[in-house]
Amino acid sequence: MSTDPYHDSRGNKDVSVTNPKEESLIVAEPEGKAPTKPTPAKPKPAVANGDDAPFLVGRGMTGGYGRGADILHDCTIGVNKGEIAVIVGPNGAGKSTAMKAIFGMLNLHEGAVLIDNEDITGLSPQNRVAKGMAFVPQNHNIFTSLTVEENLEMGAFLRRDDISGTMEQVYQLFPILKDKRRQAAGELSGGQRQQVAVGRALMTQPKVLMLDEPTAGVSPIVMDELFDRIIEVARTGISILMVEQNARQALAIADKGYVLVQGRNRFTDTGEALLADPEVRKSFLGG
Amino acid sequence: MVDILNALVVLANFVLVPALAYGSQLALGALGITLIYGILRFSNFAHGDTMAFGTMIVILATWWMQKAGVSIAPLPTALLALPIGIAVTAIVVLLTDRAVYRFYRKVKAAPIIFVMASLGVMFIMNGLVRFIIGPKEQTFADGARFIITARDFKHMTGLHEGMAIKLSQGITLITAVIVVAALFWFLNRTRTGKSMRAFSDNEDLALLSGINPERVVLIIWIIVAALATIAGTLYGLDKSYKPFTYFQLLLPMFAAAIVGGLGNPLGAIAGGFVISFSEVSVTYAFKRVVTYLVPDSWAPDGLVQLLSTDYKFAVSFSILILVLLFRPTGIFKGQSL
Repeated sequence: MSTDPYHDSRGNKDVSVTNPKEESLIVAEPEGKAPTKPTPAKPKPAVANGDDAPFLVGRGMTGGYGRGADILHDCTIGVNKGEIAVIVGPNGAGKSTAMKAIFGMLNLHEGAVLIDNEDITGLSPQNRVAKGMAFVPQNHNIFTSLTVEENLEMGAFLRRDDISGTMEQVYQLFPILKDKRRQAAGELSGGQRQQVAVGRALMTQPKVLMLDEPTAGVSPIVMDELFDRIIEVARTGISILMVEQNARQALAIADKGYVLVQGRNRFTDTGEALLADPEVRKSFLGG
Repeated sequence: MVDILNALVVLANFVLVPALAYGSQLALGALGITLIYGILRFSNFAHGDTMAFGTMIVILATWWMQKAGVSIAPLPTALLALPIGIAVTAIVVLLTDRAVYRFYRKVKAAPIIFVMASLGVMFIMNGLVRFIIGPKEQTFADGARFIITARDFKHMTGLHEGMAIKLSQGITLITAVIVVAALFWFLNRTRTGKSMRAFSDNEDLALLSGINPERVVLIIWIIVAALATIAGTLYGLDKSYKPFTYFQLLLPMFAAAIVGGLGNPLGAIAGGFVISFSEVSVTYAFKRVVTYLVPDSWAPDGLVQLLSTDYKFAVSFSILILVLLFRPTGIFKGQSL
């Protein structure tokens, strides 16, 4: 990249990604902190809208980056198994922040993150990967100097078993990557890079795939194509949590939609219902 | 026709062969610098003195072996002592990392702070080496001196000019090829090597993929210690060992790494040869070559030398400045590793 000749910025400069301390400043200790007991003997208090506890949920999250002001205020985001949940909202609503909070990239003062009824609020992002979460950042989400195949291999770095099957699945999902597997990922087009990024995340065989604006900066045609692929991924039983700028298209494929405003849940419903809601349409979807 | 051959032989004897050997030594040194830059993102000013330290250990081990009567003649004993040198240097370098650099990594210090810290490490290494082995020149080369002497060459070819190939030059070239091949195999074919390239490319994403940064750092220091020791020993065998010379090597080595593109191993090798060939050919007196090539009446009176050998550092310095002015990312576009 010519704008960055010395490659000073490696990665997205998100210091929080590392979060090495594995601490989060939870003031209110959530009850039932039994990480090794996945038995749903004591059903978790239901989420805001009263359905079964979702597979992955960030409940009542309040917090911000470092010592800065809180960005999220009692925000609840969840996704069921094999479903697609989409977070939409105006600029600066804390959409990406909410997702990063679920992934452990910022410290929460209040609230908890649960996966499969297991409390993971205190885990570092890396350890959440081991719990079956995969995250595709918005920027710098591929290894540009590595080949496509090496990108996928690195995605599966934690796995010690044979990864060729998973790699074949990724190639089936994104056939273009198979043709370009020996090419440096940085030489690919924007849409293809996103495919590499999603493919890399899928290599861990995650249970939840989290996408931060996967369609940012790609053409509408590529966007449709990507959404199709995302639906395909969800059909294999992987839950998808996605932040999207293109609210209308995203809600159209969403099982569940969250409209955030200033770090708070404003509307939460099925994607269809949100699209039909006149207030949501007027305020967030441009009529 | 014979004159042209003679001219070529003179050129090969005084420019090609020495520059090839010197270039390999620089390339190995520059590789160490570029790898540290690629992984740890700072310019390691202590690299020259790490080389001096590693070579010192090799020399001490060589002397000990010579005393004990161990020999692999006609090859120099130093080759046998190399693993010891690498092991000790690796330990010292890792301890340095523990004591100095790890702290700055933890607080995510700016690159310039790392550079300054490495400067301090350089002074300490500098003093340590002088304290142990002294500032004077040391000889440790044994075994055969030449692969082909000038006289044998003349005898064989019947040419007027001779070409000598020193054993140390041959060893340098072969070792460099083996080391570079092994390094590239490691970086491009093994899981660990790929993870290091991934780490160099995008640290955050590497962390998200579960790559352990401390392991990457550990391995890179071991590789760098090995490269530094090998480069230093080859240089010492080929020329001579003097701690100050190794400190001075820092300039051409950095020039080589930057010319090739910092962080790019392939570039470091190319850069090493660019620097060595320019340094040798700019400071070589071409009088004899020219005399063979032109009619007698055109024979030059002067030495046909662009710069005195005293100015050889000016060559790498000028190249460095030209590259930084016109192509700051280097020949190979300082892509990350």
